Amino acid sequence: MSVAPVELSRPETDEQAAVDQPWLTIVWNDPVNLMDYVTYVFQRVFGYAKPKAEKLMLDVHHKGRAVVAAGAREAMERNAETLHGYGLWATVGHDA
Amino acid sequence: MSDGSEFDPEELMAGFRRSSDGVTARFARPEAAIIRDLVAQVVELVEPPADSSTLSAPSVLTEADELAAMVGMTDSSLDDAELPDDPVLARLLPDAYKDDPDAANEFRRFTESGLRSAKVQCAQTLLATLPAGGGKIRLSSDQAEAWLRSLNDVRLALGVRLGVTDDFDALDDGVEPEDPRYAYVQVYQWLAFIQGSLVAALS
Repeated sequence: MSVAPVELSRPETDEQAAVDQPWLTIVWNDPVNLMDYVTYVFQRVFGYAKPKAEKLMLDVHHKGRAVVAAGAREAMERNAETLHGYGLWATVGHDA
Repeated sequence: MSDGSEFDPEELMAGFRRSSDGVTARFARPEAAIIRDLVAQVVELVEPPADSSTLSAPSVLTEADELAAMVGMTDSSLDDAELPDDPVLARLLPDAYKDDPDAANEFRRFTESGLRSAKVQCAQTLLATLPAGGGKIRLSSDQAEAWLRSLNDVRLALGVRLGVTDDFDALDDGVEPEDPRYAYVQVYQWLAFIQGSLVAALS
């Protein structure tokens, strides 16, 4: 499902790209988790207001995945670990 | 409404409700038995292997072992930091990196043991608050959270074993009453109802 990133016309080393690109926490759709439960987890884990949590849940549901947080790699790994505790399928990466 | 003295589908479908000091639900004895059995199976599956427990042999621990145990790195997690072969375990303890096995295994090395323990702890909270004989239960918000997570793990496990896809109706329609999966499909749906009622009661 991963979409190839658009090539930058300006050449960049991998290292530079890694510094410029924030890390993301991505949640993937799965057929078991209840929609209301996923909304609840986003509110609980990230402190998001219900409308935002619901929108992210619907993105996961309809688009197959959603970026639920962005930032430092360590923080995104902690997110993934927490979300795995709730049974959500979360990954860490640069592109969604 | 039923006083609970007889088997009543209405009572069975009541689910969780919010009360003044937490959430409440009533479970008939067979309902409690089914949930407890499934939760115990998940515990058996996710519980770290006994030989990885550093607590069982404290005298032979080296300082490095103690340090590793403190950060959740047991011997077995060091040796075996890959996506589990069992599809249920692979779903309960998924990779955190999609196309980078090295990063996924590294993440697993540091987190899997803690994740397993957290799941066992939630399951134990559920088992401690659901009497084998059933009855009316009252949960604090922390206990309710453990229930949510534990019920979800059970549903994930059943979902993998039943081969649940986005087209659940196809599975529901395709499994006839004589199919051994039939009862589990009913239980799966029933657990979804209970979990959903608990989310609603907490929201």
